[in-house]
Amino acid sequence: MTNTAARASVERITDVLVIGGGPAGTWAAISAASKGAKVTLVDKGYCGSSGATAPSGTGVWYVEPDREKREEAKASRYAMGGQLAEHRWMDRVLDRTFENMNKLGNLGYPFPVDENGNPYKRGLQGPEYMRLMRKLVQRAGVKILDHSPVLELLADEHGVGGAAGVNTQTGETWEIRAGAVVIATGGCAFLGRALGCNVLTGDGYLFAAEAGADLSGMEFSNAYAICPTFSSVTKTAYYSYASFYYEDGTVVEGAGSKKGRSVIARNLLQGKQVYARLDQAPEDLKPLLRVAQTNFFLPFDRRGIDPFKDLFPVTLRLEGTVRGTGGIRVIDDTCATSAPGLYAAGDAATRELICGGFTGSHNAACAMSSGSFAGEGAAAYALKLGEAAGSRELRGLSSQSLRDRQEAGAAARTDEYVRAVQDEVKPYDRNLFRTEKGLGDSLVRLDDLWRRQREAGVGRTAEGVKARETAAMTATARWMYHSALARTETRGMHKREDFPTGDAGQHHRLISGGLDQVWVKKEEVAKERVSV
Amino acid sequence: MIEIVSQSRCVSCNQCVSVCPTNVFVRGEDGIPVIARQDDCQTCFMCELYCPVDALYVSPDSEGVMGVAEEELERQGLLGGYREKVGWGKGRVPVAKHQFMYQLSRRAGF
Repeated sequence: MTNTAARASVERITDVLVIGGGPAGTWAAISAASKGAKVTLVDKGYCGSSGATAPSGTGVWYVEPDREKREEAKASRYAMGGQLAEHRWMDRVLDRTFENMNKLGNLGYPFPVDENGNPYKRGLQGPEYMRLMRKLVQRAGVKILDHSPVLELLADEHGVGGAAGVNTQTGETWEIRAGAVVIATGGCAFLGRALGCNVLTGDGYLFAAEAGADLSGMEFSNAYAICPTFSSVTKTAYYSYASFYYEDGTVVEGAGSKKGRSVIARNLLQGKQVYARLDQAPEDLKPLLRVAQTNFFLPFDRRGIDPFKDLFPVTLRLEGTVRGTGGIRVIDDTCATSAPGLYAAGDAATRELICGGFTGSHNAACAMSSGSFAGEGAAAYALKLGEAAGSRELRGLSSQSLRDRQEAGAAARTDEYVRAVQDEVKPYDRNLFRTEKGLGDSLVRLDDLWRRQREAGVGRTAEGVKARETAAMTATARWMYHSALARTETRGMHKREDFPTGDAGQHHRLISGGLDQVWVKKEEVAKERVSV
Repeated sequence: MIEIVSQSRCVSCNQCVSVCPTNVFVRGEDGIPVIARQDDCQTCFMCELYCPVDALYVSPDSEGVMGVAEEELERQGLLGGYREKVGWGKGRVPVAKHQFMYQLSRRAGF
């Protein structure tokens, strides 16, 4: 625990503080404001362009409230997720996604129309969606602070009551007192340069753990996306039209965009470069593919490559928990965490309740629904606290000691730590194909890395923010691998080489937490009647 | 990575300084933004999209600098190409509305 951050140059008081301005954060802000709360949203980058959604396009789990269609939608992914989802949560998310998508249409999102002229709402274009969300957040009277990363949460004995950080463009430190705080900081992709993901460094997990909240499903954290070696643009769905080849033009047997991703990984591990070509795409589909994901073709066009005709080298880029499903554990329908006053939404929260250990187009639905749930829950909590929120004696919760300045040489050390964490989580033979030995060896090094960072002072500066991000990545990797060690089976996206099949005896969730001492324990999946 | 801020096209609105999620730019002395932290660029193309005068160019290579020249980009018509495709800018229709979005989703399921 550090001293209270009482010397910030900018101070604000608000009912609800939302950390993160992606889909979940913006929905949380709008929803909290609609309940009458005064809301402030801080983003470490820029609300509207930050995060994984803004630069890409996304499918949305939008299903009409028709019993048969809903049951089909739920069943389609239930088994893939290792049967860890809960039907009641899937129903809630389907309902709220339907409502929010309809709202978006009414508020001006330019949906395409079907043959009958009705808006078609099964997808969102990131730039359009997030530009609109920023506008709606502003229209709701929410104060947005861009380029304002959080360095630590603030709390008293009753729970979380705000956050402190720094504006990376002005250098001004800030402190915001709030009745309730929503963490919507996204997942953790370990600075792997997957599209839009370098702002997603697991910050919220660390803040939550420092506040005493726990995590769930951190073993479901090894998502890798197919990507040209020279590009940031990950859009694995398009590779369902690809064939994969070796340099000499022979086909890589068994390689594919879904289950065949492992084959690609095993070849890359053996030092054999794999090439792709979208030669399975029917001629009349090509113009559709081109228009529907403009950014997919951008790197090719700019390099003079025709991905339908030319071979191009591919790699698997780590997306970590961004397309994994693990995250902060939520304890009730309002997405409250086990730390009073603290809520979690979007990729920062666990998505196991909705899709178990594997995700497809659930992420966008999860983000907009859990954002709304958390925003409403946080507003109710804060409004009940009322004026008392502003007069609390708060202290900073950072597990690293925060100082006015960064020590000399700290930036170089941060770079070294980043590479060290990446060396443990990027390699396919550690994270994608997991073994007891591999995980154990990594944890020895990660524990040491954590200790070294824990002892170092961190400046309340832009450089200090990077040091905190690196600590968050280190902590995330430790929760991931401790959880992965505890799950001695293969389920959802979690693959154990030494336990290659599922074990009916492990149909439970794994909760994790702790900073210096990481712990993992089992939690039963809610018993419920499953309609067949 | 971001490689070009066209001095001749830039109108010093500094929108790119605001929208870059990883804070790559700083406002220069003369008002024209400077690429100050190129290593932090995550190749997300958002700055290019928000630039109202197509003065920015993000090279497709996310791992290193390609060393493109503005004259060459100008000649090939690559400046502003992404914004045009997304359908942002005066008189353009957002690609989000495009009929193909619906058709592809029906046919491919995504």
